[in-house]
Amino acid sequence: MSLHDLSVAELARQLKTKDVSAVEAARHFLARATAHDDLGAWLARDEEVTLAQARNADERIAKGDTAPLLGVPIAHKDIFVTRDFPSTAGSKMLEGYRSPFDATVVRKLAEAGMVSLGKLNCDEFAMGSSNENSAFHPVKNPWDATRIPGGSSGGSAVAVSARLAPAATGTDTGGSIRQPASFCGITGIKPTYGRASRYGMIAYASSLDQAGPMARSAEDCALLLSAMCGPDPDRDSTSLDVPAEDFGRSLGASLEGLRIGVPREFFAEGVAPDVRAAIDSALQQLEKLGARRVEISLPRTELSIPVYYIIAPAEASSNLSRFDGVKFGHRAKQYGDLLDMYKKSRAEGFGEEVKRRIMTGTYVLSHGYYDAYYLQAQKIRRMIADDFQRAFKECDVIAGPAAPTVAWKLGGHGGDPLADYLADIFTLPGSLAGLPGMSVPVGFGEGGMPVGLQLLGNYFQESRLLNVAHRFQQATDFHAKKPEGLQ
Amino acid sequence: MALTHDDIRRIQHLARLELQPQESERMLTQINGFFSIVEAMRAVDTTGIEPLAHPVAAFQDVQLRLRDDVASEPNAREANQRSAPAVERGLFLVPKVIE
Repeated sequence: MSLHDLSVAELARQLKTKDVSAVEAARHFLARATAHDDLGAWLARDEEVTLAQARNADERIAKGDTAPLLGVPIAHKDIFVTRDFPSTAGSKMLEGYRSPFDATVVRKLAEAGMVSLGKLNCDEFAMGSSNENSAFHPVKNPWDATRIPGGSSGGSAVAVSARLAPAATGTDTGGSIRQPASFCGITGIKPTYGRASRYGMIAYASSLDQAGPMARSAEDCALLLSAMCGPDPDRDSTSLDVPAEDFGRSLGASLEGLRIGVPREFFAEGVAPDVRAAIDSALQQLEKLGARRVEISLPRTELSIPVYYIIAPAEASSNLSRFDGVKFGHRAKQYGDLLDMYKKSRAEGFGEEVKRRIMTGTYVLSHGYYDAYYLQAQKIRRMIADDFQRAFKECDVIAGPAAPTVAWKLGGHGGDPLADYLADIFTLPGSLAGLPGMSVPVGFGEGGMPVGLQLLGNYFQESRLLNVAHRFQQATDFHAKKPEGLQ
Repeated sequence: MALTHDDIRRIQHLARLELQPQESERMLTQINGFFSIVEAMRAVDTTGIEPLAHPVAAFQDVQLRLRDDVASEPNAREANQRSAPAVERGLFLVPKVIE
């Protein structure tokens, strides 16, 4: 078996027994990344930096260090700032930007011994569902290069799916881990809001942004998530005071008697028949493993679209006001006074979708509109969170599609932002409530494209979600399938 | 309720964005397209519902944290200014603000 086909867990074992060195692993994946550069997954790599980290990991291994992820390569979504690689958030605004520090998640994974292969492409400032909003270049889906990989963590999903990295970090604001994981046939989890530090994650919508791992299996995600989470009280004001835990502790537990809530709204018209069929057979598989299906209702599922696309842009308009061309980021070459410098620098540095969200956000926060839009959205956000609590009285986890269709064609939405927004329908409710959620590959649909099952749990129920996914993956091999044509 | 050209002009100034005429025309159409689905949200009866600003508030009391007022970071001026568009003698340069 090639190095790139090994799971994170297996690679870590082989590094520990010195069957392979961290430098060998790093070189192997860097060569593979170069060979598949046409997929567009990367925004930055630096062989020297990566190999220096790998040598350091090898020294730690030689000294008998037993950190669980020591020497295993990973790549980071370019939303996380890194000292050793440029950090752009997929935007011209930050082209060439060098952060003076590492994001907490990046630091924690480095301390666990992981070796960084570089930075991965994403939608500009994580705003998008297709990765077509990257200011640099689009990303191609390895299952069909004429299709999008999903977004905004599209580069992360492709790197893992095409085996250019054993694992990647992603961020999820309205589905940006779950939807690309679903479209690329990999496993990804977004923990409870506040579990992973937001320090050094370039902010989009602060009350929704959350980091999480993307890998090929639930077992790998559990290992990575355990290393990523934990309180960061001095640096992230919304970091939860909840100790890091071993999210893999209940992997393998029986699903006997588990109540799986299936929201009727997640199977309404608009869900493509191929997706419906794959999800249905996944639910049957879970029933075979002992779970019981319970019909539930999340009545405000559709409302989550306008609610999210009011709240997230409102927060974005505030967060992105820091890009003024003064302390960092793009500054226009020609301008008059200071105000003109702000306006021109921002007009040149931001892409179309980012401007659209800044405009929408500014509008809904402006005098005379705040109550009608922003406050109203926050009230419905509360109702959506309450709906989930009612649902969790009847079930232990919630399951349904991560997206209504498989990955669409590049350019398929014809630049219509509303079409992208509507496709986010099933990931938005969990995001608004701050719940943990994941996507697990459960089959294939139209054009042989992967379909992901979304699992949502109550607050702090990550290990339960991971166990459901793990039991499913023990009984099936969808997560082990590899895009055709890839060696 | 549809936005007008005047709204777009007002917002782009508030947002400190200089849009080209064509761009603001497209923006108007697209933002109005989005607001067509916002109407459903405005029709919801939210009387007596407390706004949820922060998801953590849905499951525990949110308390603002305080820490001791001590310096925790070393001086990193050089690293912090490494990506600045214009710097001179350790200061950020901007166009003249006061005549």
